[in-house]
Amino acid sequence: MSQQILLQQGRLIDPSAGTDRVVDILIEDGIIRTIGTGLAAGDGCEVVDLAGMVVAPGFVDMHVHLREPGYEHKETIATGTLAAAFGGFTAVCCMPNTNPAIDDESIVEFVKSQGQRSNRGIVDVFPVGAVTKGRDGKLMAPISELVQAGAIGLSDDGAPVHDAAIMRRAMEYASMYDVPIIQHCEDVALAKGGVMNEGETATRLGLPGIPNVAEEVMIARDVMLAEFTRARYHAAHVSTAGSVALMREAKKKKIKATCEVTPHHFTLTDREVCAFDTNTKMNPPLRTQADVDAIREGLRDGTIDVIATDHAPHSLDEKEVDYIQAPFGIVGLETAIGLSVTHLVATGVLTLSQLVEKFSTNPRKIIGKEISVAEGQAANLTLFDPGAEWTVDCSQFHSKSKNSPFNGTILKGKPVGIVNHGLVLINGTYTGKHI
Amino acid sequence: MKLASRHLLGLDGVSHQDIELILDTAVSFKEILNRPIKKVPPLQGKTIVNLFFENSTRTRISFELAQRRLSADVVNFAASGSSVTKGETLKDTARNIEAMKIDMVVIRHASAGAAHFLTQVVKANVINAGDGCHEHPTQGLLDMYTLREKFGSLKGLRVCIVGDILNSRVARSNIFGLQTMGAEVSVCGPSTLMPREIERLGVKVYHHLDDVLPHVDAVNVLRIQLERAAAGLFPSLREYHRFFGVTSERLAKVNRPIAVLHPGPINRDVELSADVADGPHSLILEQVLNGVAVRMAVLYLLGLSE
Amino acid sequence: MDTTQEIIDAKGFARTVTRLSHEIIERNKGAETIGIVGIRTRGDYLARRISHAILDSEKVAVPFGTLDITLYRDDLRGRLSQPRLKTTDILYDITGKNIILVDDVLFTGRTIRSALNALMDLGRPASIQLAVFVDRGHRELPIKADFVGKNIPTSSDQEISVLMTETDGQDAVLLITHIQEGEVR
Repeated sequence: MSQQILLQQGRLIDPSAGTDRVVDILIEDGIIRTIGTGLAAGDGCEVVDLAGMVVAPGFVDMHVHLREPGYEHKETIATGTLAAAFGGFTAVCCMPNTNPAIDDESIVEFVKSQGQRSNRGIVDVFPVGAVTKGRDGKLMAPISELVQAGAIGLSDDGAPVHDAAIMRRAMEYASMYDVPIIQHCEDVALAKGGVMNEGETATRLGLPGIPNVAEEVMIARDVMLAEFTRARYHAAHVSTAGSVALMREAKKKKIKATCEVTPHHFTLTDREVCAFDTNTKMNPPLRTQADVDAIREGLRDGTIDVIATDHAPHSLDEKEVDYIQAPFGIVGLETAIGLSVTHLVATGVLTLSQLVEKFSTNPRKIIGKEISVAEGQAANLTLFDPGAEWTVDCSQFHSKSKNSPFNGTILKGKPVGIVNHGLVLINGTYTGKHI
Repeated sequence: MKLASRHLLGLDGVSHQDIELILDTAVSFKEILNRPIKKVPPLQGKTIVNLFFENSTRTRISFELAQRRLSADVVNFAASGSSVTKGETLKDTARNIEAMKIDMVVIRHASAGAAHFLTQVVKANVINAGDGCHEHPTQGLLDMYTLREKFGSLKGLRVCIVGDILNSRVARSNIFGLQTMGAEVSVCGPSTLMPREIERLGVKVYHHLDDVLPHVDAVNVLRIQLERAAAGLFPSLREYHRFFGVTSERLAKVNRPIAVLHPGPINRDVELSADVADGPHSLILEQVLNGVAVRMAVLYLLGLSE
Repeated sequence: MDTTQEIIDAKGFARTVTRLSHEIIERNKGAETIGIVGIRTRGDYLARRISHAILDSEKVAVPFGTLDITLYRDDLRGRLSQPRLKTTDILYDITGKNIILVDDVLFTGRTIRSALNALMDLGRPASIQLAVFVDRGHRELPIKADFVGKNIPTSSDQEISVLMTETDGQDAVLLITHIQEGEVR
């Protein structure tokens, strides 16, 4: 017997098809059967009232650290994908800075299969393979094997590919498969020893700084290499006004360069560091208001393609140390939609449709996992309430780690549920009979 | 009379009123230091731990003298040879010490923010005795005390801090404290030893001593760490001395005395020439005595703040 | 509602100072061996008056100093607000001297206990004698004054206020009685 679910009265926003209207969606055995108005529910059909909610093609967070294998005390693929599901994502791309690194097809297979086993496989796990063996920046990783096994992109994230010649060769090699090189943009010599943005606040606090130019020289170099090799280049977590300007120029020149920004880089500034809260320590660091403004403008004018969280879980013990010793990174999966609606949509920087582009259409295009919300297609949906106000309570996170600077923040815009692979998770419970 | 905070973590944000209270209280303690019996009883029964994760004999001795002269019980903890070198975290060290019923902790640590962190994990009063390149508030206070004693008031006083501003917690505490008290602060040193956007803290920036000396009443000369040259921040100590060393020849170009301070220990004939250090306008030994009085004042005011 | 009664007026105040200074000279057979120490704040002014009176009658300038007992108080801890610390200002060596310790009101004796400890940390006097302007009773420690301006027995709801020109604009001793609302006296 087939399973039917009727999503009633949701506002379907699918930028790839130019759709933005209130509809009913009938899903049968995971396939979208009908999209229309006034659809009637048949016998045994579950009805979900989505009045006031947005229905969008499934969101993907293309920059997540799932920590497995190797650092399971911070996060596992099971807890990370659960956090993703509750954060409104139907897919995550996980970075290769695990132990061992994702520099071998067996690790790609392992990560994928752990993803399928976790939470009934409701969240797709797309591994990002390493650019170099062991991510040590010296020898090229087996890129062909990694891509064949399922890697959707290549990155040494956590560290940059520092050597320009190695970067050039990796770009050339990866271009055979049309997968992007995702660069953690940081000149390590310039950034060395730094723990926060270099500038007035770091000067006041006596903390060693990471200058914005450490990020920008790397992007400038990489964009030139991307132009030279005609390869696809994706700058991860850009954080400075200068980076946005460089990316804008690159796009003008039709270089195949894309970029992403994290929610914390369009919401917080380095002033947050003043109380030495280690949950304000991340790399790239929080920058200044001028940088935040430039990033918002970059999101608005399309220079910045993607919002990705750089979800970087760390255990309480690891973060409860002095600021200099603390590891970089914060969790982000469960606050991404709220922060984005509050700081981008409610403030008029982006329309809801543009927001869906940044969370779904654009990243899916970059990683080659495009979907559409259409009759006959598999239902892969993110549902969120753009008007709901809620207070962030880190202790309620589904991630294994709670390291977030947003505890207690009031946000507008809340994930409601996801639909993927015939599974429907709404407000924390699975809907449907065969579950 | 009471300080606004039960900790002293830095001078950034400490009010004019509180700084004045500390300096005024220190006047009373300085009188005690000149007595034949230099001991008074107000902290009797209080236990204070000096948690020194960085070597600093002078600061520790100054704190310890201040504590003993207030009749406190003192325990010293030095990182070398302790469990810290075996990987114990600051949090565990602090909590273990606190379990032994400690009233106050004086901490010296190589990381900026370590004293702030300590306040989150222990209940005792915390006094920052220097955290990385952040602050060294009692040094700032003793410098201000010395200047106030010499000039009568800090208001309108023109003070230049000379040297490695980038890596100096003494510079930061002096800048914040002196500005709160109405002094005019400038900094002078090689551009590679100036932290970015330092001018946003309200100080004038100079790179040539001869430009700034005619406009100041006092210079506070910072110790130059020998390893900074090795780190490529300036070419050599010889060049540093020639261009940034405070010498009697440079001071003589200004036709009036300029008071000279130095937080110690001095690299003679590097940042400060020996004749200036021992000269008539040097306040360096005054600073050392005042350090004990100022630390007594801070310990007294915080120790009774429950 | 409080009631205030003037116990000593300005003239009586001056007479009392003169009498106290005479008694001190008599007991010590002159002024040569004595040093005067006043307890901040009003004991300090009283001590000055007494030393002036001695100068007038004996033509001897007795060494004079001021004692701040804050650091020796037994109630330093647990107070909401700490008393402002002032300096002790005794520029002569008290060792071997007959020290006349002067305060305005002798009450529980705790202030005097603190002052004795403070003095002992400054040297070893031949003797310490206590001169107070008013003894109001209610001692909590075994302390007795050697020279008393006036004994004024008080009840616990009463207060003695010694006013002095230097701080209050007039010389007088007032007895203040606190009366609770609705209380019949």
